[in-house]
Amino acid sequence: MSRRVRIGIFLAAAASFGALLIWGFIGLTDFGHYKGPYGYVLNRVALPERHMTNVVTSAVFDYRGFDTMGEEFILFASVVGVVLLLRSEGREDDEMEDDTGSDTVRVFGTLMVGGSLLVALWLIAFGFVTPGGGFQGGVALAGGAALLFLAAGYGPFKVLGNETALDPIEGIGAGGYVVVGLAGLVSGAAFLQNVLGPGVPGTLWSGGSAALVNWCAGAEVAAANLILFSQFLEEYLVPLAGKQQS
Amino acid sequence: MSFLPYALVGWICVVGLYGIVTSKHLIHLGLCLSVTQSSTYVLLLSVGYVEGGGPPIFKGIKLGTTAVDPVVQSLVLTDIVVSVTVVALILALALNVHKETGSADPDEIAELSG
Repeated sequence: MSRRVRIGIFLAAAASFGALLIWGFIGLTDFGHYKGPYGYVLNRVALPERHMTNVVTSAVFDYRGFDTMGEEFILFASVVGVVLLLRSEGREDDEMEDDTGSDTVRVFGTLMVGGSLLVALWLIAFGFVTPGGGFQGGVALAGGAALLFLAAGYGPFKVLGNETALDPIEGIGAGGYVVVGLAGLVSGAAFLQNVLGPGVPGTLWSGGSAALVNWCAGAEVAAANLILFSQFLEEYLVPLAGKQQS
Repeated sequence: MSFLPYALVGWICVVGLYGIVTSKHLIHLGLCLSVTQSSTYVLLLSVGYVEGGGPPIFKGIKLGTTAVDPVVQSLVLTDIVVSVTVVALILALALNVHKETGSADPDEIAELSG
């Protein structure tokens, strides 16, 4: 199919799709006039019931925690898929030069890595109290490690992006979620039901099981993203290193 | 003015699709797909917005203060995770296709495989 024909077909399809969208949007409530009721209900009951001040996190890890478990396994499966797709034989690591030219970049970049890892841990730890959560903090953790690659090169990054360490962390993150869920069943309650007591609102000791699940998600997301980063980086850097040597 | 967020959603979605259709590079195609997907973030957040509402976080804020819908926000979180996984897989597939065929142009690849 030629390019022109394809674009022609697309424009016709886009016109009818656009009409469908507009028809759908007309049925929506006006912007700013959310009708509810679920959002309003959760905003009212989440704090009294679950003692979590961040209602979004309480929805993610408690009210719809089962759903989030599926989401975690989607991430897990995609990491497995990427590792399988990018697997290549006879890959030799540890021979790549770190080629960051500037000392200033290296020093300040490395200092910022510490800061960003700290912010990431704070995002996870206080995810159910203030804005944040396991997913956001996990991505920030992996981002901090990626900053290490940008500032100091591949060698130092490999210390954090080491797969022999990351694989178990990812597994524990994904499996830990299920274990916390099963703990609910074992104690005679429902799957993922809070068995640790609700705790004191607004402190780190709140949320109970959801707090543990939050950490599991943080570990899983951080490890998954780091595995992805290091896979793609190897794919990119190994041919470059080969060219330099020859 | 209340239709503007929805108009933005439609535009982001369609412009991303246009990018996919006219793409000349697989990585560009993957990024266009994530542009299309990001229209759903805007849609979900717009649907859950309450006029004058604050974030649904009640640390130091009295319970019952007007806040936006937390359910759609948690759905956006799921949405972003799915988007990341899809992009990661597309990039890995694009790398493999490039290794096999020496090209990342969807049109050329289609010709090669007949």
